[in-house]
Amino acid sequence: MAIEVRIPTILRTYTGGAKSVEGSGATLDELLLNLDTAHGGLRDRLVDGEKLRRFVNVYLNDEDVRFLGGLETPVKDGDTVTVLPAVAGGAF
Amino acid sequence: MLSISRALHEKIVEHARKDHPDEACGVIAGPVGSDQPVRFIPMQNAERSPTFYRFDSLEQLRVWREMDDNDEEAVVIYHSHTATQAYPSRTDISYASEPQAHYVLVSTRDEAQTEFRSYRIIDGEVTEEPVTVTE
Repeated sequence: MAIEVRIPTILRTYTGGAKSVEGSGATLDELLLNLDTAHGGLRDRLVDGEKLRRFVNVYLNDEDVRFLGGLETPVKDGDTVTVLPAVAGGAF
Repeated sequence: MLSISRALHEKIVEHARKDHPDEACGVIAGPVGSDQPVRFIPMQNAERSPTFYRFDSLEQLRVWREMDDNDEEAVVIYHSHTATQAYPSRTDISYASEPQAHYVLVSTRDEAQTEFRSYRIIDGEVTEEPVTVTE
């Protein structure tokens, strides 16, 4: 089972520089746990306790997983998960 | 140093003025590794706030994919402050995650004049840089 996960520049230190890695799992949560075995520390950049971090966007194919099931979003072979740090900021 | 054309400089300032008092935000894309801002991409501020900005997540995905398809990267990421100085705030610094980008800050707090400054923000460190406007 292979799910492609596209990694943004700042997280490529966890993947040896790779822009894209593969993993498996039936949900996004399982997929991230699976990736973390090969790329230790990566999951912690995306997950805070039991939830996805607020300022990281995770997409399943063309959709934002916030509107699907968050960490419980089902994933399957052939899917592409994309991670993009949110671009945000403000006066304070 | 940020080298930017007068036309692009003006587009950023106009965008900031138009959206005032909400913060305006956007990207200027350029060929990967060129350090040249070329393609102006104003973005929605999904927060629509006078003190916070955030790119809409689906719009960001579309734009980032487009840049990837075009062998471009975000050369400039700009946003405006509407009542404070054109200097990166604590949140600006903590959310800066494109190490190759020039973070342009514009302030529209003064109606008569727009402040326009540029910074590198890498690993939480802010370094101001000179801006050269080319004709």
